[in-house]
Parts: sequence; structure tokens; C-alpha cells
Amino acid sequence: MAAVPETVEQVKDLSVDQYKYGFTTDIETVKAPKGLSEEVIRFISAKKDEPEWMLAWRLDAYERWKTMTEPRWACVHYPKIDFQDLYYYSAPKSTQGPKSLDEVDPELLRTYEKLGIPLEEQKVLAGVEGARVAVDAVFDSVSVVTTFKEELAKAGVIFCPMSEAVREHPDLVQKYLGSVVPKSDNFYAALNSAVFSDGSFVYVPEGVRCPMELSTYFRINEKQTGQFERTLIIADKGAYVSYLEGCTAPMRDENQLHAAVVELVALDDAEIKYSTVQNWYPGDKEGKGGVYNFVTKRGDCRGRNSKISWTQVETGSAITWKYPSCILRGDNSRGEFYSIAISNGHQQVDSGTKMIHLGRGTSSRIISKGISAGHSSNTYRGLVSAHRKAVGARNFTQCDSLLIGDQCSAHTVPYIEAKNAHAHFEHEATTSKISEDQLFYCMARGLDEEAAVALIVNGFVRDVLQHLPMEFMAETQKLIGISLEGSVG
Amino acid sequence: MLEIKNLHVRVEDEDTEILRGIDLAVPKGEVHAIMGPNGSGKSTLSYVIAGKDGYEVTDGSITWDGEDLLALSPDERAARGVFLAFQYPVEIPGVATLTFLRTAVNAVRKARGEKELNTADFMRLVREKAEALGVKQDMLKRGLNVGFSGGEKKRNEILQMALLEPTLCVLDETDSGLDIDALRIVSEGVNTLRGPERAMLVITHYQRLLNYIVPDRVHVLQEGRIVRSGGKELAEELERTGYAEFGEGKAA
Ligand SMILES: Nc1ncnc2c1ncn2[C@@H]1O[C@H](COP(=O)(O)OP(=O)(O)OP(=O)(O)O)[C@@H](O)[C@H]1O
Ligand SMILES: [Mg+2]
Repeated sequence: MAAVPETVEQVKDLSVDQYKYGFTTDIETVKAPKGLSEEVIRFISAKKDEPEWMLAWRLDAYERWKTMTEPRWACVHYPKIDFQDLYYYSAPKSTQGPKSLDEVDPELLRTYEKLGIPLEEQKVLAGVEGARVAVDAVFDSVSVVTTFKEELAKAGVIFCPMSEAVREHPDLVQKYLGSVVPKSDNFYAALNSAVFSDGSFVYVPEGVRCPMELSTYFRINEKQTGQFERTLIIADKGAYVSYLEGCTAPMRDENQLHAAVVELVALDDAEIKYSTVQNWYPGDKEGKGGVYNFVTKRGDCRGRNSKISWTQVETGSAITWKYPSCILRGDNSRGEFYSIAISNGHQQVDSGTKMIHLGRGTSSRIISKGISAGHSSNTYRGLVSAHRKAVGARNFTQCDSLLIGDQCSAHTVPYIEAKNAHAHFEHEATTSKISEDQLFYCMARGLDEEAAVALIVNGFVRDVLQHLPMEFMAETQKLIGISLEGSVG
Repeated sequence: MLEIKNLHVRVEDEDTEILRGIDLAVPKGEVHAIMGPNGSGKSTLSYVIAGKDGYEVTDGSITWDGEDLLALSPDERAARGVFLAFQYPVEIPGVATLTFLRTAVNAVRKARGEKELNTADFMRLVREKAEALGVKQDMLKRGLNVGFSGGEKKRNEILQMALLEPTLCVLDETDSGLDIDALRIVSEGVNTLRGPERAMLVITHYQRLLNYIVPDRVHVLQEGRIVRSGGKELAEELERTGYAEFGEGKAA
């Protein structure tokens, strides 16, 4: 990407204040009635002009959800959520669906600007020629901007809002939706399946290397509106795609529920790279008002020699419950998980991954860097398992925790299961405190305490940072500094 | 002028005093050397000047340019021109040396009310200074001090000093670990920084360094006190006699 070095520079120069992402735009919204019922689901489905099979699928998920209970095994604590006290659908009134950029509400564009969204993406949003990151921006529930569809179409790549895919590509959607994360997989996945608002759909056909990074920005903007994105990415045989997702949320004093589902399918020799920078509102100093983030992300390495790699930077949310996983079904397939999870204030993070080795010669690699500060709690929970046929399965796991101050906690919960004797699993874990000597050294060179902490932490997470796409790297380094403000002194 | 008066320091949570009444004045434009046996308190003195946590000043004062240093945090001191070249430079894995240098230079410039350097200007500056000190470019790309040899770490300290242009330089055993050529190169680097606006405190065990960096005064520190001060010939005398002749050791 030609503009990357300048972008990195410009992003570095953006002065970002402590949670300055707290603002809301006043775009009129259309709401479904409060609470969840068959009527609400019918309302959502009708609003989206969905075919009958989609509605039936939702209703089936709803029936299953009603029989399920919230998981309680994670190391997180929060008051009981009243699922009847939430709105399950809201959309900006000014748009009915994706339109060209000229028609985009300037208020929206200003919002993105205030968010400090990387300039490359801003340029795309502003329609600058030559900017090459496609953005399918989800503003609240309806996708309002979809760019570069034509160029992608030339390559045969389908990149569109899920609601559009349901109408335009029903065969693909019916074949793959729920094939990685079944409707009744877990409480939140079932809820999502019933009420999912929108999200991205990507299909990269056989042998095609997607000509650009696909990027989406999610935002939650409506009071008490649960957000239920549904994303499905399919890389057909020998295809390659890299997908970037990033988000921030405006400041609110009520808790916001977010329960997304992301499904990835990689067929023979295909590769999917999925990167996330998550920076939702973590709550105020007392931990009040942050986003509850209960996400199910799973990739299926369905074909031989396929590869799925998750990279995540988690700095936001009051509660994070998230385990991007890989099912290594195809022989010689490979799964990767690179994670930076930062918690400060009263944030609670319970995140990790699952690497399920089913095929022969499958391999996986996990690098997790957890940083806890303030009064936060940060848990890595990971499962690596090898099934009977997974002869020669290999995993390497490295879990490093860094503690800042003495009010926070870090936990590492690795589960390892090997059902055959020919699996080779390696696990390394460290927990350390930020070193006084390092802090002093930096400060003696003129860095104030916060800058020193930010620098040291950025060094600590470097192994993971370098797996992020370039234009996310500078932004992320900045974000790490912001996330840790107020963690020392 | 650096002025240290009746400085008493102990380590927090420990009873023994490490510095037991130090009086020292280094006017601008002068270089003073401190020599003394292992454990006499030389590094402790340098840490207290730079502002490291964990040391309690129970009595006395340190002023620089008339300003009370003890009231300032380490970064505020750096902004006032205080610089410590560490005896044991600290490793910071994952932080490229170049990134660190740039962050430090701009932090100090900002605190001094100067404009931050852009990438191009900064790179030019680093290249020039690094070359003069024989610091290789590829070293700058590596993690800060990570896997650097003893000598490389010391050169890197002097590179930082050259970049930050401090006015009060404290060098703690910068010569240990340097080979003969490096000793000369580093000394030249230090000498180019000598000037009427700068005060330097050079801690060393070896008279040899003082052949290159010729001091105006030499002080002998023993058991937390300065037991003798003199001209540069004092260092030569020490080299011949050792420390037994001095201070409290003499009575034995
Ligand atoms: N943090 C600490 N805790 C306990 N003792 C300490 C601490 N720091 C210094 N000391 C003690 O204070 C004394 C002085 O140490 P210092 O490092 O200042 O000596 P030095 O003169 O620099 O020695 P060297 O020539 O070996 O570098 C030593 O006895 C040392 O063990
Ligand atoms: Mg010492």
C-alpha cells in the first residue's frame, strides 16, 4: 500500500486524549420495540426484506436460545442482564442501506474523523482516489458505506453487508452460515443467530488473492441497543484474504451489550488473516457504563493445507468474553492466535483461544500478551486439543502477563488434551511486573512515567504487534499508551 | 553549578547509611572525577542525583543551577539537563534502540520548549552522532541494550548523552568494559561535550580514563564519604598506593 508510511506518520501525529472517543452523533434512528419476542424477530427480518428461510432460521435460533442459560464459567462479574430491557434493532433513519459516499451523512464522516480512524480509511470514506482499503462501515445496525465493490467484483470477490448477501447470494449463505458456529453453540451465539443485525459477508473464489485488505469499523451508537454483528468469511480453494476490524464506542452510562459472531471457512490451501483492534468504551473510573463484549469467533480450516490466523488487540470494553478459535480439520492445516489484551481501571478480560486439532500434521501457534493495570482482571483461557486422528499435531503456546501496580490480577488457564500419543504440545508462561529499573531508565532519559510505561508495554507486545497490518500498528501503539493512562503514580 | 551539601542517604527499609555526609561542588565548565573502592557509594550517589526511587535522603541537599533537584522527578531532572550514563544500562526488549532514542530526544526537547524533531532531521542527527561514536546502524534497530556487549552498551549511553545534550553529565564507570579503541572513541565523544556550560562527574576505577578525560578535580569516596580531594595527580597516586592509605582505612 503506497500511502502507508505517510499514514503511519500522520497517525503518530494525531493527538489523542484520554478516552476522547466518548461522544454520540445525533442521527435519528428507527427502533424496534424494546425486548425480545417472536414479533421483534419478525420485525427485524421484515425490515431487512429477508427471504422466508432466513426468518425461519432466526426463529429456530430464538427457540433454542430460550432454553439456554448464560455461561458463568468465565472469570468475569457483572449484574444480571435483563434481555427484555434492550432494543434489538436500530438503524440510522437517513439511510436504507449502502449508498455511494456522496450520500453519506456528513455527521457520520465527522464521527469517523473524531474517532481518529486511520487516515487511509478516512480517505476512502472521503472518496479520495487511490485509497485502497475497502471499508464496509457498520454504523449501528445498517451498513452505510460500501466501497470498492466494483474492483473486488472484478476479482470475483464478494464483499457486502450480510443482509445483502442473504438476498443476493442465498446459496452461499445457506451453505456456510452457522456451519462453523452452530445456532445453539452457546447462549450468545444463539442470541446473535436470532437477532443479528448486520455484518460483513466475504467470499473469495478459488485461486483468488483478494486485491486489498478488507476493513470494517463497527460502532455502537444507540442507547441500550444491543449490537449483534454477524460476519461470515469464506476463502475457497487456494484463496487468500486479510480482513481488518476495528471499533470504538461513544461514552455512555448504561451498559451496552455486544454479542457478535464471526465465522471463517478456509478450504484447501486457502488462507484467512483476521485482525481486530477493539477499543470500546471500558466504563468510567468506577467501571460504570462500559460495553459488555460477548463474542464468538471461530475459524474452520476445512481444507488441506489451509491456514487461519487471528490477531487481536483488546483494549476496550468493561467485560470481554472472547475466544477466537480454530478448528484444524484439514490435514496439515494451521491455526494461529496472536493476542494483546490490556485491562485497566475496572475492566475484566477473559479471553484466549481454542485450537482443535482434528487432521493429521496440523499445527498451531498461540502468542498471548496480557497487560493488567489499575483494578482490572485479565485471564487467558486457552484450549489445545488433539483428537485421535490428529497424528503429528503440534502446538506452541506462549503466554506472557505483565502487571502494572498491585491492585490488578492476571490468570492463565491453559487446558491441554491429547487423545493420541503423537501430538507435540509446548507451553510457556511468564508473569512479570513492570520493572522499576526499566521505568527509571526511561525517566532518566526524559520520558514521563506514562510515556515510559507505554514504551515498555509496546516493547512487551512487540511479537504480536508485528502481525498486525501496517496501518494498524501505529494506531495500536498509540492506543496502548492511551489505554494505560492513569495506571501509574 | 552542581552543589551537594551534607548528603545522607540510606536505602529504604534498611538501616545502614550508604552516603554519610557528602559535600561536593562541581562548577560549570569543570570535570570532576570520583574514585573509590567497590561498594563505597559511587553509583548510589549517581542514582540520587538522577532521582531513582528507593533511596531515602535523610539529610542534606542537591542543587543544580540553584534549583533543588531532590524535589523533581527523574524526567523533570532530565529536562533540566541532568544525565546519567548508567554503570549497568537497562535492557528493554521489543523497543528498538532507534525508537527509544527518538522518544527520549523528543520528550526532552518538548520539556525544554523546543520543537520536536521530525523523522528526517532525527535520522540525520542520529546517523552523525552514531558514526562519530562508532555505533553501527544495525545496532540501532535492535531492542534497546538487548544482547549488546558490555562495550556496546556503554557506547550507546554516550550516544544518548550526545543526542540529549545535557548540561550535567554523570558518567558511572563508562570506561569499564570498553576496549582500548572504544575507550579513546568514547573519551573523544565526552571531550567534545566539554564546555563552559557543562559540568561533568566522571566515576571510574582507573586512572587510565583520566588520561583521556583530564579532570579538574579528583575526589576519593570511601564508605559513603569523600575522604580526599585533589588535582589529577591524586588519581595517579591512588593507582600506586590503592585505597588503604586513605580515609578510615588508614587508621587500621
Ligand atoms: N538497593 C539497595 N539495597 C541494599 N543495599 C544497597 C542498595 N543499593 C546499594 N546498596 C549498598 O550500598 C553500597 C554502595 O553501593 P554502590 O553501588 O553505590 O557502590 P559503588 O561505589 O558504585 O560500587 P562499585 O564500584 O562496585 O560499582 C553497597 O554496599 C551496596 O550493597
Ligand atoms: Mg557502582
